[in-house]
Amino acid sequence: MFELFGISSQALFGQLLIGLINGSFYALLSLGLAVIFGMLNIINFTHGAQYMLGAFTAYFLLQYAGLGYWWAIVLAPLLVGITGIVIERLFLQWLYKLDHLYGLLLTFGLALILEGTFRNFFGSSGQPYSVPPALQGGQNLGFMFLPNYRAWVVVFSLAVCLTTWFVIERTKLGSYLRAATENPALVRAFGINVPRMITLTYGFGVALAALAGVMAAPVYNVSPQMGANLIIVVFAVVVIGGMGSIMGAILTGFGLGLIEGLTKVFFPEASNTVIFIIMAIVLLIRPAGLFGRGA
Amino acid sequence: MQRVAELSKEHALRARSEAIAFVIMACVLIVAPVFAYPVFLMKALCFALFACAFNLLIGYVGLLSFGHALFFGWASYISAHAAKVWGFPPELAILSGAVGAAGLGTIVGALAIRRQGIYFAMITLALAQMMYFFAVQAPFTHGEDGIQAVPRGKLFGFIDLADQTNMYVTVLVIFLGCFLLIYRIINSPFGEVLKAIRENEPRAISLGYRSERYKLVAFVLSATFAGVAGATKALVFQLASLTDVDWPISGEVILMTLVGGLGTLFGPVVGAFFMVTLENYLTTIGQWVFVVQGVIFVICVLLFRRGIIGELAHVLRVKL
Repeated sequence: MFELFGISSQALFGQLLIGLINGSFYALLSLGLAVIFGMLNIINFTHGAQYMLGAFTAYFLLQYAGLGYWWAIVLAPLLVGITGIVIERLFLQWLYKLDHLYGLLLTFGLALILEGTFRNFFGSSGQPYSVPPALQGGQNLGFMFLPNYRAWVVVFSLAVCLTTWFVIERTKLGSYLRAATENPALVRAFGINVPRMITLTYGFGVALAALAGVMAAPVYNVSPQMGANLIIVVFAVVVIGGMGSIMGAILTGFGLGLIEGLTKVFFPEASNTVIFIIMAIVLLIRPAGLFGRGA
Repeated sequence: MQRVAELSKEHALRARSEAIAFVIMACVLIVAPVFAYPVFLMKALCFALFACAFNLLIGYVGLLSFGHALFFGWASYISAHAAKVWGFPPELAILSGAVGAAGLGTIVGALAIRRQGIYFAMITLALAQMMYFFAVQAPFTHGEDGIQAVPRGKLFGFIDLADQTNMYVTVLVIFLGCFLLIYRIINSPFGEVLKAIRENEPRAISLGYRSERYKLVAFVLSATFAGVAGATKALVFQLASLTDVDWPISGEVILMTLVGGLGTLFGPVVGAFFMVTLENYLTTIGQWVFVVQGVIFVICVLLFRRGIIGELAHVLRVKL
């Protein structure tokens, strides 16, 4: 271990790792928001609540079905994704022809319902969720102690993000998706079932949020308001990155997580606000966002 | 020529329906303290003004601000601090709250109007959250405790606001005054340009209007009125707290306006009274309040987009 600017390397790299973990949640969530916005033209305010729902599903699976982390990481996104499909069929499909703002208001209402219900049953205290046995312990890298679970979160989220990027940008399914984003009427004329694609896209975006929730459960506790504050930060991340590019969302998410981690080390008072300050600066210099294609 | 005559006739009819509604509203509010608890009415009036300020932006410029708690809450902090620590009289305390909100509105507005549509909502929400964190950390807000025991003081040096009736009349005068001012703004040539921008911004620009400037001025006006509402609320409750700068308040003011009717003159007032009454009855059910609010959001968006006053105006075929 050594020191840098009077700060021990453990503290510095430990915070950077936390930053990377937060960054991977920002990336997963803003990716989901971007994909959903592309197809549905709706900013999904429920995203934070669905992230919370993912964590709670993992918790319930363990408590009531005895299914551990590895089951949860498969089942929770699936289950929450299905609730997402139900939400799209029941509510969102009626809004596509209306002004964007109604989609935002409706999903905000849904978020209030979900978070209020959970807060009612679980209060504001968090429920603990333990790290799976296979990922307990850690490595001493000389300059820092690296907990295995945290390394797993970063690597796995990166893999999920890159897979999503690959599917959307490099496969046939992805090309349908991008085409339907540009011109749904024409894609329908080619005989592709666009409404079903829209439904599944929403389910997929929601599943990404739930996946992030499952991964967050052992790092932070499982609590009803874990998503409420996160979603606002993710909105700022989306404004900074712009929703035009998948890779942009991933890079912005991880990058901002790192910057936030660094701020925690060198200027802790600003660690809550640094992303918003960066957003303000980006708006002044590049109003369309770092990777945006115009407003 | 005939078309012009028709238009002016239509305008006169509209002005008449609005004038009648205004007189009814003023009368109801004057006799209301006989039937309802004054503090409850004053709370509702503050939120009604807040919702009118918010509606100025969404109803007439088409901009959805998701961060109006920023102006409401910070103005209440500023006026509470001015009244308690600097010993300002109430009129100056409210004025300083309003000026503070106008200043914050200029900064936030200048940043937020750089992006359109859905981004505008996200930017205002994010900036409001940033200012919430400042409020948590800044020493003069006293964190979780808030600024307590704010003196109501003597208005103009001789009207003692500790008296509930005096306070109620003051709040009512502030509310009606601001309401008329907002009405005047909406129906001025400036307001017509705002509506043109709402309907078709590229066209308004092509006609030579600098839409950015109009949007910024509208934003600052809206922030200022929201500030007056927040500053008044701080004096009524003798308290400025973190609750008023937090995002649920931003959501609530949206809900009030939506329930009453977006872009209607009286909708925000009716919506605010509706929601404040509802929450008054729901205080015992704790966190379910959020669930109820969420359900109302969903119902309004899916089935009731005109809102109470919007539906009423539609049925009566008048403008309200």
